[in-house]
Amino acid sequence: MSTQVSLEERFQARIDAEQKIEPKDWMPEAYRKTLIRQISQHAHSEVVGMLPEGNWITRAPSLRRKVALLAKIQDEAGHGLYLYSAAETLGISREELYNELLSGKAKYSSIFNYPTLTWADMGAVGWLVDGAAIMNQVALCKCSYGPYARAMVRVCKEESFHQRQGFELLLTLSKGTPEQHAMAQDAINRWWWPSMMMFGPNDSDSPHSAQSMRWKIKQKFVDMIAEQIKVLNMTLPDPDLRWNEERGHYDFGTIDWTEFNEVLKGNGPCNRERLAARRKAWEEGAWVREAAMAHAAKRQQSV
Amino acid sequence: MRDFLLLLADNTQILGHRLGEWCGHGPELEIDMAMTNLALDLIGQSRNYYQYAADLEGAGRTEDDLAYLRDAREFRNCLLVEQPNGDFAHTVARNFLFDSWHFFFLQALCQSNDDRLAAIAVKSVKEVTYHLRWSSEWVIRLGDGTEESHKRIQDAFDNLWTYRGELLAPAPYETEAANAGYGVDLHAISSRKCSTFSALTQTQSGNE
Ligand SMILES: [Fe+2]
Ligand SMILES: [Fe+2]
Repeated sequence: MSTQVSLEERFQARIDAEQKIEPKDWMPEAYRKTLIRQISQHAHSEVVGMLPEGNWITRAPSLRRKVALLAKIQDEAGHGLYLYSAAETLGISREELYNELLSGKAKYSSIFNYPTLTWADMGAVGWLVDGAAIMNQVALCKCSYGPYARAMVRVCKEESFHQRQGFELLLTLSKGTPEQHAMAQDAINRWWWPSMMMFGPNDSDSPHSAQSMRWKIKQKFVDMIAEQIKVLNMTLPDPDLRWNEERGHYDFGTIDWTEFNEVLKGNGPCNRERLAARRKAWEEGAWVREAAMAHAAKRQQSV
Repeated sequence: MRDFLLLLADNTQILGHRLGEWCGHGPELEIDMAMTNLALDLIGQSRNYYQYAADLEGAGRTEDDLAYLRDAREFRNCLLVEQPNGDFAHTVARNFLFDSWHFFFLQALCQSNDDRLAAIAVKSVKEVTYHLRWSSEWVIRLGDGTEESHKRIQDAFDNLWTYRGELLAPAPYETEAANAGYGVDLHAISSRKCSTFSALTQTQSGNE
């Protein structure tokens, strides 16, 4: 009992001193569980997030755009890989994590349950969705668990590149034909509120400090996007959006939570499709993974 | 020259396109990323050839005009590269048949008397060395792995074998390219390709 207390004290002291916790260090069970849940949810989001954009690879309008989109989606796969590896350091296998995703037990970001209807969605997703993700994730680069923090440093660097790339795509469409401009505006109209949803509900249940932190991050996002939309010569679909001189920030309207709660519950336009695609890839790949393991085992025996 | 460039461009573009279809649907995250790498290399190579062809035309057309706006019948690619991905074994077999030709082809193309073409080949052959290693390793893994994987890769080779001949049968513009010194003598590379292939199939049966 006394050793337990001293372990916990030592753990807390390291957290308080802002030292990183490493895989071999003792940690409370609750800390480990929360981390596994958070990191795996994040990893699943990266991997499921490959699907809406993958939808446009074969239809990219130029070779340059096609290469850029492939590279972007490959980055997301890489993010998934770093994050699964970080989760594995906590004593859970990738297979277990995958099974939790495929059984519906583990969650992934609801944003990926929206469809990508036009090529302009590739711009809107990069600019708004990757943009909102960075805002949320920057703080994780300083989180207490070493492997997660280090993975996030790499992830955030690449996400900000994705955001710039998305913006550039929209800017090109904005300066194009009237049809291209309208297509870009339509994509922004459809992705604006879902990306705002990524900052979570303003529920009164969450502790005051966490809530105000989230509010600050969301405000920062709105302020940034509200300025950039002017450069794009487009508008955001929020009639309440206006500069508030007194606050020094943009005011903005409230989200229609009834729609988003439906998506969260699994009734979004693509929930079933996304999980079905992941399940299909996993099941159809089973024989490949088995073959690779069998071959590796035979090789080891013959050495 | 233009036809010869378009052949190279179309081959690499179409195979890159096929590999891109796997993105997000691979059997494992690492394999997914590897196939995307192959796609990125191949499409990158095709852009070099299309840009060169567009420059030669001097008619103000771009790489995208050549890649996107030609009619299907004007495409010069071999039938092998456009074969559907099928299961992973079909993708591996298709890529192996192509890579083992592509590698020796590019090695020879490095000696092209056309500087720009030789420069593209020098850059590409480095990438394709890795492609050939990737597909060879998977042929071995699948051939040696489990009963199921062995059957699948065997089926894939049975189905795709018929397309390999086209790679070594020169079109008139390829013969012209070889004679003029900027292309490749396909007869010279066919023996080298065959020896690689039989070495590999021996490894595969040796491991059984
Ligand atoms: Fe990502
Ligand atoms: Fe991203």
